[in-house]
Amino acid sequence: MEPAGFLANTKKLSFPERVHMHAVEVENLTKIYGKGETAVTAIADASFQVRPGELVAILGPSGSGKTTLLTSIGLINEPTHGKVVIDGAMVADEGWLPGLDLKRLRREKLGFIFQAHNLIPFLTALENVMIALEINHLSKNEAKSRATELLTSLNLGHRLESYPMSLSGGEAQRVAIARALANKPKVILADEPTAALDTENGKNVMDLLKKLAVENHSAILVVTHDQRMVEGFDRIFHVDDGRITGMN
Amino acid sequence: MNLAFRDISYHRGRFILTSIGLGLLLGVVMSMGGIYRGLFADAMAVLDFTKADIWVVQQNTNGPFAESSRIPEDIKYRIKAVPGVAEASPLSFQTIQIERMGKPFRFFLIGYDLNGFGGPPVIIAGRAIRQKHYEMVVAQAMKMEIGEKIRLGLHDYTVVGITGKIVSSGGDPAAYVTLADAQDIQFKKDNNAIRNDRERIGANLAGIQSISPAQAKFLKQNIAAITESTHTVNTVVARLAPGANLHEVQERISRWNHFRPLSVEDQTRILTKGMIEKARMQLGLFRVILLVISAVIISLIIYTSTLDKIKVIATLKLIGSPNRVIIVMILQQSLLMGVIAYGIGYLLILLTHEKFPRRIVLEPLDLQGLFVIVIAICTISSFVGIRKALKVEPAEALGG
Repeated sequence: MEPAGFLANTKKLSFPERVHMHAVEVENLTKIYGKGETAVTAIADASFQVRPGELVAILGPSGSGKTTLLTSIGLINEPTHGKVVIDGAMVADEGWLPGLDLKRLRREKLGFIFQAHNLIPFLTALENVMIALEINHLSKNEAKSRATELLTSLNLGHRLESYPMSLSGGEAQRVAIARALANKPKVILADEPTAALDTENGKNVMDLLKKLAVENHSAILVVTHDQRMVEGFDRIFHVDDGRITGMN
Repeated sequence: MNLAFRDISYHRGRFILTSIGLGLLLGVVMSMGGIYRGLFADAMAVLDFTKADIWVVQQNTNGPFAESSRIPEDIKYRIKAVPGVAEASPLSFQTIQIERMGKPFRFFLIGYDLNGFGGPPVIIAGRAIRQKHYEMVVAQAMKMEIGEKIRLGLHDYTVVGITGKIVSSGGDPAAYVTLADAQDIQFKKDNNAIRNDRERIGANLAGIQSISPAQAKFLKQNIAAITESTHTVNTVVARLAPGANLHEVQERISRWNHFRPLSVEDQTRILTKGMIEKARMQLGLFRVILLVISAVIISLIIYTSTLDKIKVIATLKLIGSPNRVIIVMILQQSLLMGVIAYGIGYLLILLTHEKFPRRIVLEPLDLQGLFVIVIAICTISSFVGIRKALKVEPAEALGG
């Protein structure tokens, strides 16, 4: 069954053909927690595609299933039903595909930005970005060079040796963004990236994400509950009670 | 990038304090091992320094250290005449406690024949004893000055020389006097006691109807001479001639009544198995308990440290870090803590072991063995934290 709305104006391609055009494709994604009488459906029959370079907001109240949707795409939460394809690779079809190296896929294809930035407190800003590169098998020198370049491009060249505790909220979030971008991921998943920031910093982060989506040609999915932050996004998915109720 | 080093460097205050605490614990473990070795060394000290092959003691005793032993001094001549014996020399031992400068002053007095062997092995200050009476050489630990006098028995003795770290099996510092002086100190009674003894002998003899007064007087003089004699020693030690057979010499002396020839091996067994065995077991038990406590403490510290880092671990997993990175981080922290604590403990014991009341001997093999045990403990203890870390879900990194 084709998802309503989004594909109405697109060419009707077969599933395999559609796969190669999109950074993310989700078909009938369902996540159920528990079993029997205590089962809770966090997400039901979600279907959509996101193109490279597209900036998508996933908007909804608390408990609506936004984070569950994000974590299923992010290879963290195993879907109960449905298909997930990341950068042309099928990763889930009624559960994870057998033999899948989830860590490697997350490392190579995905970038994560968290509400609380989640920087490692005992590493400097530079080292926080370097660690993402080193675990992807870059040498120390290559990692340092790339990390320095990224942080400098985000106006953090003067804060390379600072620890997260001494960074402002906005600076810390920009370091987190640099870490998310480090391995040039196809998809960036941001979970409430502005929730811990003031309005001005929040707006700055969102503007940065818009810019990066275009420049890096990465699909960026941003979970947020704040309607005010989604101006300029390519599309907005409204999620309510586990269902995508609208795609603008 | 070494995550363990980074974490330790960032939290260095906490890490240093923890390492110091553990280091103190390990220092106590090392000292206990050193105390046991010291007990052994002390027990063997006089035996080693005397360099005798055979110790002839009273029959049916384990003397002269584990048990009391009394034999006549002149048996030395008979021992020296045994084929295979190069030289024989009598020795006496006694523990003395007197008052000096208002405090109890305890030491081990060794009496030796100036013409024999068994005297101070080395003189580090002053000179050896030259006169037959009233000179002494004392161990360094007695903290006496050359020329200082102390009262022993009925006479004053002058310190003429200082020797090294010689102690009794009980750890008391040793002092040397001539055999004659040692016998006087140990056996010679004061004038009142001598008079009382003579009166008692006389009274006993007077009660014997079958002897005449002249016979009684004669007997009284001779018996008094015997009872007042001080020519008794605790042991006669012998050195064998090159090529002599130890067992043959022992066998020959064994056939004599009233004497028992103990080899150095026999004495070692008596000293170590008998005298210090209980102390060895007790110290061994305490070492095991302390090591178990150390293991528990390290496990708790690593586990708590892992709990503190749940979010970090979840984030690392979320960004695709393999488990190996997390395992190595926790394991390295545990090992670093163990190594640094060991170093602190070792430094502590190295700086303080001379100040302990008993000798502490730090054997390299013991210390190396303890190091290996500490590494093993740290490795096993880290499994607690590693197990917890492996169970962390990447999703725990999400949320505020």
